[in-house]
Amino acid sequence: MPAVDTPLLAAQSLSKRFGGLAALGGVSLAVKRGEIFGLIGPNGAGKTTLFNVLTGLYPPDAGECAFEGEPLPGLKPHRIAARGIARTFQNIRLFANMSALENVMVGRHVRTRAGVAGAVLRGAATRAEESAITSRAFELLDYVGIAARASQPAHGLSYGDQRRLEIARALATEPKLLALDEPAAGMNATERAALARLLERIRAGGVTLLLIEHDVSLVMGLCDRVAVLDYGRKIAEGAPLEVQRDPAVIEAYLGGALA
Amino acid sequence: MRHAVEHWQRWREDPWLRRLGYCAAAAILIALPFVVDATLGRAWVRIIDVALLFILLGLGLNIVVGFAGLLDLGYIAFFAVGAYSYALLASPQFDIHWSFLALLPTGAFVAALFGVLLGAPTLRLRGDYLAIVTLGFGEMIRISLNNLNRPYNITNGPQGITLIDPLAIGEFALNRTYTIAGFTLAPVHSYYFAFLACAAASIFISLRLEDSRIGRAWIAIREDELAAGAMGINTRNLKLLAFAMGATFGGLAGGLFASFQGFVSPESFTLLDSIMVLCMVVLGGMGNVGGVVLGAALLTALPEALRYAGPLQQEWLGEVYVDPSDLRMLLFGLALVLMMLLRPAGLWPSTLRRRELAGGEEPRAGR
Repeated sequence: MPAVDTPLLAAQSLSKRFGGLAALGGVSLAVKRGEIFGLIGPNGAGKTTLFNVLTGLYPPDAGECAFEGEPLPGLKPHRIAARGIARTFQNIRLFANMSALENVMVGRHVRTRAGVAGAVLRGAATRAEESAITSRAFELLDYVGIAARASQPAHGLSYGDQRRLEIARALATEPKLLALDEPAAGMNATERAALARLLERIRAGGVTLLLIEHDVSLVMGLCDRVAVLDYGRKIAEGAPLEVQRDPAVIEAYLGGALA
Repeated sequence: MRHAVEHWQRWREDPWLRRLGYCAAAAILIALPFVVDATLGRAWVRIIDVALLFILLGLGLNIVVGFAGLLDLGYIAFFAVGAYSYALLASPQFDIHWSFLALLPTGAFVAALFGVLLGAPTLRLRGDYLAIVTLGFGEMIRISLNNLNRPYNITNGPQGITLIDPLAIGEFALNRTYTIAGFTLAPVHSYYFAFLACAAASIFISLRLEDSRIGRAWIAIREDELAAGAMGINTRNLKLLAFAMGATFGGLAGGLFASFQGFVSPESFTLLDSIMVLCMVVLGGMGNVGGVVLGAALLTALPEALRYAGPLQQEWLGEVYVDPSDLRMLLFGLALVLMMLLRPAGLWPSTLRRRELAGGEEPRAGR
């Protein structure tokens, strides 16, 4: 067990270039256990790129990044998921033609073992594992509030339900850190309030949350700490109210003239 | 239609009716070759044998294309590898005569190795690009088999390998005719039962795989490879596993084919054969085991049935206007076009594919 003050996730001057564009120019941040950490910034600030680097989709060009004190870069996405980071996607990426339940069952893959022999012979151990997968998947659908949609194909769900399903699927991997890329995008006020309650509950269940969000009221109400990115650099970090008053942040959002 | 489906589901849930159904199906399948022999003639028993081999091939390709969504246009290469593995180790070519009990697993294993060999360099490719590479791989295997007679004669080149050993246990060889209590057991009958056992096993394995952790992972990769990776699925290993499993089925079918024919040559393994197997999978219902079985059976039987077109023209019209072999290709093409228009998800689509087409989603690469 690492020391309590070791951050769960620590990134040190992460850089990522796409051709001439510095999507990330040396970003450092530390996410503590049990907190809800918000990542905000204007469009194109590098938030999603940071997520993609953290979850192994892109290798960083420079910089370090450690999860529970162990370095992450060089690991494939599935290894990072196994270590305990799960994510959702800005433009929902569900397994569109699988049912909602099957989507969550896929999330259990990384915590289960049955191979080809188990699948074909279907012995007692495999049957027990399968029924555990199914019942856990049902529980998670219920947890995010879409149990009634279990047998529907994912592409037939409403937008808000698809976002919830993505969260359920990510939770199925038993993450220590859940990274959510704009979970409230396209939701109305009621759905957003319900989402905030869900995220609070997930945190109370012991999962640390890293959240990209544009909706300021959601971020301010939910996050313990917030980092602001602009042009691939971190321009502010701190409690939501502090950050909101930071002149650099106001300038980034509203442009130099008003600052 | 819906009523029939509900009826069928209720029927399936009753364990006793189900057992009765299995027994009836078994009885029909055991009687089938003898009934066909007595009515349609022995040539049709042979066609059924070939159809069973194509069911094996179709189900193998279905793992790759239907489950994992990797478009493979060179699948017949694994059939070739299995057939030549058997032929080289059970013929006068090198005067090696292994037992089929060792040979069939060997052929399947060698084919699986070739599956991994093909899979490894193509892991980053999807859709059209993968199709082109696999197509090239299929041709490479065929051309290699054609040319491996110089400087050392391994495959005997275009002449192929003859006098391949039949399946045999002790004195009982499947290529001999036996008379048991007045019943004539011809080679086509014996092979029917050997192939039936293999086809039944492959259906069983396919169904079990589909409804398992591995099957779900394959389908997840087909649906969205990036998301599958982020959910902790080792996409590289699972894609290689799909290639290897598919190739195993193909290699087994190849070994059975070699023993059945007693002769193999490179011209049995052309691009057209790869496309034929793919047609069986797509027409029957990609991803659905029952659909693939149906597709393989129909597409094997249909061209054979059209052979009668020549004599029928002669009889009814007094002259053969359209050459039967031309007519076969013509009608085959027509059937494909009609299928794509009327039942694009296949004759017996998987529930997944039905949803997909009902959802009206735009097609993605890799399908």
